[in-house]
Amino acid sequence: MINITTEIEREDHILKIEGDVDASSSIHLDEALTVLANNSAVKFILVDGTNLNYISSAGLGVFMSYIDDFKNKNIKMVIYGLSEKVLNVFQILGLDQLMIIVTDKQTAKKKLHEVQS
Amino acid sequence: MISEKGLLRLTILFAVLCWLSLVLADLFLLFAEINGANAGITEEIPQLLLSLYILFFYFFFKIRIQKAESINFIDLLWHVFSTGLIVSLVQLSVSLFFYLLSDSKLLQNPLTVNFFYHINLGAVIVFLVSTFIVWKRLILYQKNKRLLIIWQVFEYSLLASLLYSFFQTGSQQWLFNGLLGIFIFYGLVLSFNLKWIAYLNFKQKWRSILLLGLVILYLYYFINNLFGFSQEFNLIMDLLDNIFILVIAGFIFIYALISILVILFNLPTSSVFEQKISEVLNFQRLSQSIQKGDNENQVYEVLLESSNNAVFSTSAWLEIHENDETARILKSNITDLKITQVRKSIQDSGIFVYLNKQKANNFKKDLNLAKLTSNLNDPDYGSVLVMPLIIQDRQIGLLVVLKDVSDGFNKEMVNIINSFVNQACISIENFELLTEALKNERYREELKIASKVQKSLLPHSLISDTEFEMHAFYESADEVGGDYYDFFKTADHKTAVIIGDVSGKGTSASFNMSQMKGVFHSLVQFDLDSKTFFSRANHALSHCLEKTSFITAAYYTIDSHEKSITFSRAGHCPGLFYNSKEARAEYFHNNGMGLGIVRNDSFEKFIDITKIHYNSGDILFLYTDGIIEAKNTVGEEFGYDRLSAYLEQNSEKSPKEIQDGLINYLYDFIGTENLDDDYTALIIRFL
Repeated sequence: MINITTEIEREDHILKIEGDVDASSSIHLDEALTVLANNSAVKFILVDGTNLNYISSAGLGVFMSYIDDFKNKNIKMVIYGLSEKVLNVFQILGLDQLMIIVTDKQTAKKKLHEVQS
Repeated sequence: MISEKGLLRLTILFAVLCWLSLVLADLFLLFAEINGANAGITEEIPQLLLSLYILFFYFFFKIRIQKAESINFIDLLWHVFSTGLIVSLVQLSVSLFFYLLSDSKLLQNPLTVNFFYHINLGAVIVFLVSTFIVWKRLILYQKNKRLLIIWQVFEYSLLASLLYSFFQTGSQQWLFNGLLGIFIFYGLVLSFNLKWIAYLNFKQKWRSILLLGLVILYLYYFINNLFGFSQEFNLIMDLLDNIFILVIAGFIFIYALISILVILFNLPTSSVFEQKISEVLNFQRLSQSIQKGDNENQVYEVLLESSNNAVFSTSAWLEIHENDETARILKSNITDLKITQVRKSIQDSGIFVYLNKQKANNFKKDLNLAKLTSNLNDPDYGSVLVMPLIIQDRQIGLLVVLKDVSDGFNKEMVNIINSFVNQACISIENFELLTEALKNERYREELKIASKVQKSLLPHSLISDTEFEMHAFYESADEVGGDYYDFFKTADHKTAVIIGDVSGKGTSASFNMSQMKGVFHSLVQFDLDSKTFFSRANHALSHCLEKTSFITAAYYTIDSHEKSITFSRAGHCPGLFYNSKEARAEYFHNNGMGLGIVRNDSFEKFIDITKIHYNSGDILFLYTDGIIEAKNTVGEEFGYDRLSAYLEQNSEKSPKEIQDGLINYLYDFIGTENLDDDYTALIIRFL
């Protein structure tokens, strides 16, 4: 099961992912990211992975496919709140070297706007 | 066993022999009586012979006359008629003979008279017995157990009554009459089993009446004839004294009479029965037509024809829709031009408006059948019935039935057409499902082939080396999977080993896996270091993988001269290494990046290259994440720690034993033998 919600805090769009992202539910993650990528008003994205239980290779593939896209559109994205297990999955694949992954929301916000300046 | 034909011949032979003996015995008795001499045989002998004669014919016809089926009622009656005709001819010729010789002295001789009487007697018995068997068949048509028992009691006690003749004396006249009365009454009760009549059509009913009438006529003639003999001459054996013969004759008469009356009363309603039967048959045709291997078109044709016949319509047409457009029209007694005209009139009636509204609702609600019929303002047609063909909320066609009178469709007719349409839809749906099932079956076969092809992509035999022994295990969750392992000896002392996992599962993963195999075998020949290997592989795969796909892999070069392992990790789960000196298993920690994630030259900087030395007894354990991520019933993952602990405890075993033990451990942990993911392990133990 997966539950994805988007909140807006000032200029930041917060994407909250809850549950398991597997081969079938990764489609919903893809949809949510497409909406953000196609919205020209979106410049800052925070991904809240506090309640992200599990992510499969297909889910990682979705994040991966937006790295270049966001770079081209000048969109900044920071992921925070990942459990140790999920973070390990990102690290093994090497995605932590391409994306900004931090522990908590505060650091994430700081990182998001620090990168900008 | 004797064949049926043989039995028939045998019974008739015995019957004829019995008759001849009967004639001889009777004439002998008579001769003795006339001459006042002792015949030397008792009177019971002829009675016995007569009973045997009756019995043999009884068995003969029992075998001969087949069971009643709805098609052969008339044949059965015809059989009775023809038998009667032959018997009448025999009797007529006897009468003719008597007439011609009426003045001759020959007729004064009781021997001659009795001889001719015996001919009549034999013939009448044939008629009576054969007709009795036919009546039995008709009465027992669509029998139930109760009826069968009632009938058998009648039949067996009737046969038993043959014995009565042996004890016959004049004083028992009241017993004779009593028995006769009981049998006749019993026969009367049985005579109301007339189910076969309902299955006759109008024409057959008339023929039945005619044939049954003739049976009564025959019977009158025969009995009258016997009576005449009995009155006129002194007979040594009078058939009219035989209770069996009298009961059968009475029963035949009663059943024939009741049948005639019932058929007569049924005549006016027979068209209704015929209609109902044809509806049932049409139903059968509709449901059977597909099974016989016909195509949908034949179902449509049967539907149009049966609907047409069921309601006596003037014209009809059937539109077949494909993708919401009329693809074909089947017509019955109507032209295309007329269809266009009538369609306009129907438009005015509001039926189409109602149907379109239902269609917009995807036919969720049951149709109100009353709204599907209407009167028409058309010069040729007075009323119309429109019925949509619906399969699972999808309209596949439209049936339009027209009549030249107004208010031509009553509720019953609308219902029957609705049933026909439903049946046709079921047939077509079944046909579609069957076709689909066959297609799926074909896909499954293809998938099996794909699975075989993919298994063949993995190495068939393991490398044997003096430096190490290895064991590999692979199992995929689906028919085809995305795990990959391979190895290649690049030099006498150098072996390259790769293990990989393609993102996603199933068919798409397996395609990418085969690409990985191509890349491995192209590059491994150049004896590259692991970092260069991955950077070139990433370059090649960046052009092949779709945007969201990537491959994780780990590449190891084992050098037996140096006793070293050089390796890089492209996003694959870290290899596990058991150090025998320290008796510890540890995961490699070096940085890496999945293939296809960074699709430019900067990829190289994410890849580390590491070199370690091994000793005898060390173990290199390579695997895919299927092992780590395997979950038990409470959602807990197998994880890295269980794996390393297991290896430490089993380090003395051979690679195969390690693998076998691990898979059992894993199955025990997850509580089933069905894996969610592909699962691969490659174990190398250094000697």
